[in-house]
Amino acid sequence: MAAYVLRRILLALPALFGLVVLSFVLVRIVPGDPAATLAGDAATPQQVEEIRARYGLDRPLAEQLLVHLRQVMTGDFGRSVFSDRPVAEEIGQRLPATLELTFCALAMATVFGVGLGLAAALDHNGPVDHLVRLLSVAGLAVASFWLAILLQLLFAMDLDLLPLRGRIDVELGPPAERTGFFLVDALLEGRRDRFVDALRHLVLPAVTLALPGLATIARFTRSGVLETLQKDFVLYARAAGYGRFRLAAIYVLRNAVTATVTQVGLLFGALISGAVAVEAIFDWPGIGTYAVRAILSADYKALLAVTLVVGVVYAVVNVLVDVAQGLIDPRVADTSE
Amino acid sequence: MAEPAPPTLEVSGLAVEIATDNGLARILDDVALAVAPGEIAGVVGESGCGKSTLVRAVLGILPRGARVPRGAVLFQGADILGDGAAAARGRIGFIPQDPYLSLNPVFRAGDQILEIMRRHAPGRRADHVRRLVDLLRAVQIPEPEAALARYPHQFSGGQRQRLLIAAALSCDPALVVADEPTTALDVTTQREILALLARLARERGLAMLFVTHDFGVVAGLCDSVTVLYAGRVAEAGPVRAVLDEPRHPYARLLLACHPDRATDLAGIPGTVPPATRQPAGCRFHPRCPIAVADCAAAVPPPVAIGGGRRVACPRHDMALPVAELA
Repeated sequence: MAAYVLRRILLALPALFGLVVLSFVLVRIVPGDPAATLAGDAATPQQVEEIRARYGLDRPLAEQLLVHLRQVMTGDFGRSVFSDRPVAEEIGQRLPATLELTFCALAMATVFGVGLGLAAALDHNGPVDHLVRLLSVAGLAVASFWLAILLQLLFAMDLDLLPLRGRIDVELGPPAERTGFFLVDALLEGRRDRFVDALRHLVLPAVTLALPGLATIARFTRSGVLETLQKDFVLYARAAGYGRFRLAAIYVLRNAVTATVTQVGLLFGALISGAVAVEAIFDWPGIGTYAVRAILSADYKALLAVTLVVGVVYAVVNVLVDVAQGLIDPRVADTSE
Repeated sequence: MAEPAPPTLEVSGLAVEIATDNGLARILDDVALAVAPGEIAGVVGESGCGKSTLVRAVLGILPRGARVPRGAVLFQGADILGDGAAAARGRIGFIPQDPYLSLNPVFRAGDQILEIMRRHAPGRRADHVRRLVDLLRAVQIPEPEAALARYPHQFSGGQRQRLLIAAALSCDPALVVADEPTTALDVTTQREILALLARLARERGLAMLFVTHDFGVVAGLCDSVTVLYAGRVAEAGPVRAVLDEPRHPYARLLLACHPDRATDLAGIPGTVPPATRQPAGCRFHPRCPIAVADCAAAVPPPVAIGGGRRVACPRHDMALPVAELA
C-alpha cells in the first residue's frame, strides 16, 4: 500500500510541472503587453521600457520561463503588481477561506449524494427514485449564480435565518488565526459563538457550491448500486442470510462507490472553478475573488500563482482519492504493484 | 433402517411462475422430490430447465415478480415459502455455482463468512473465529488463520469454492443446497471438491440437494436423481437404476449424449422451448422420437414403476428407434 501511495504521488509531479509551464506560456502568448498594462494608459514609452526591464520582461521567453520555474521551486511567486505585496502571502491568507468552503461543499455533496443515490437505487423506478432524479437534473441544470441569489433572497432577506454575505460577523471578528479555517480556529480558541457564526455564514455558499456535485454523485451512486445489486455475490449473500440493511448499506455500497470516489476527485476541480462565482456573490474572501481581480488587473504573477496552487490542491485531492480507492477495493492497490 | 426417516426436504407439486414481457412463464410445474437425512439427491437438466429457480425456491429467495400458484417446499416440516422461511433459512447451507463471482471482492473472505455465522447464531466473535478456523481446516484450506484476513482475489478458484463450502457449513446446516458447485472449476479441482463434498456429507450426516447438468457428477456423488425437462420432472429414482436403465425418452437420449457413454455424439434434435411458449401436453413431445398424438393432448403425470422410480411417460417401455441411440 505504501508503494502504491508513493507511486501516485510521483505520478502527480510531472502533471504539476506541465501545469507550471503551460500556464506560463498561455499567460504570455495571449495578446497584450503586460508591461504596458502595468504602466497604465498615461505612461510614456520610456516608463513602459523601465517596467519591462524591472520585471525581466525584456528577456527571451525561454529565459523568463526558467527564472519563473526557479522561483516557483523555492516558493517565491513574486510580488503582486496590483497591491505590491508578495503573492505567496496574499494567497496564504485567502486559500484557507476557499478550502474551507470547497471542503464543506464537497463533504455535503458526498454525504447527501451517496445517501440519495442509494435511496434511489433501492427504490428503483419508485417514487424516491423519481424524486432524486428530479433533484439531480435540477441540480445540474440550475446556474449557481442564479441559485445563489435565490437562496440569498429567501433565507437571508425574507426569512432572515442566515447571513447574506461574508465569512463572519464584523462585530464578532475573526478567530485568532492558527489554521486559517474559521471553524477550526474558533474551536481551538473555544469560542462557540464564533464557530456557530462562521458555520451560519458557510451554509448558503456551501449549499450553492455543493448542488451540482451532489447531483452528479447521486447519479453515479445510483447506477453503481443498481449494477452491484445484479452481482452474483449479492444473490449469494441474500441466500446466506445477510440482513437487508447490512446488505444494502455496507455490502453493496462499498462496491458501488468505487466509481463515485473517482468522480469526487474530478468534481473537486469543478468546485474550485465554481467557487470563483460563488465567492463573488457571497463576498467570500477566498482565492476565487482574488483570481477574478488578478485577471481584471492583468496581475499575471498572481494569476500564475493561483493556477499553480489550485493545481497542487487538485493533485493532492486526487492522490487522496486514489488512496481511498485502494482502501475501498484491495484489488486496485494489488494489481498496480 | 426399520422406518425411513422423515425427509429433511420435501418439495411437492411445486409450480413457479414469473411474469415476463412475453407473458407469464411457468418455470416449474408439478415438481416433487424429497431428500432424506444423509442422502445426496441430484437434480439434472439442461440449461433453462428450471434448476436455478428450484434452488431459489428451496432457499426462499425467489426473484421479484415470481409467484407460487401451487405446491409447497417443506424443510423439516416447516413451509419455506410461507411463515417457516426465517426459521428454515438458518439451517440450510448454500453452495453457489461460481466461486469467482459469489464472494464480494472488497471484503475479507473471513469477514464475509463470519457475517453469515453472526446472522445465524449471535455470539462472541472469537468463538465464531475459532469455529471457522476448524471449518477451514475441514475443507482443507492451508493456513486457515491467515486465510481469514485475505481477500477473495488472493485465493484460487478451488480454494474459493472450499471457502464457500465452509460458509455453507458454518450455520451447522441440516440441508446443503449446491447449485452446480463444480461447473466453474477445472476437472482436477472438480474431482477434489466432489470428493470433499461426499466426505463432509457422510461425516456430518447432511442432506444435500445437488443441482447439475452433468450426469457424470451425479453418478459419482448422488444417491438419487431427479431429471428435469422444461420445468417438469421427467424421471426420478435411485441413481444407479436411473443411470443404468433410464426409461423416459428424454433421460435415455440425454444419457446417450454423455461423452463418457456415447459412441456418436448426436445430441437431441430440437431445442428446449422458451418458458413462455411451452407445447401442450408432454413438453418433450415435439422432440421425442416415440411421441404419438396423445402426447400432445394431456400432461403425463409421473407414474411409479417400482423400485422407488417415477417416470412421466406412458410409453416408457417402448423401444427407441435404433438410429437415435446408435
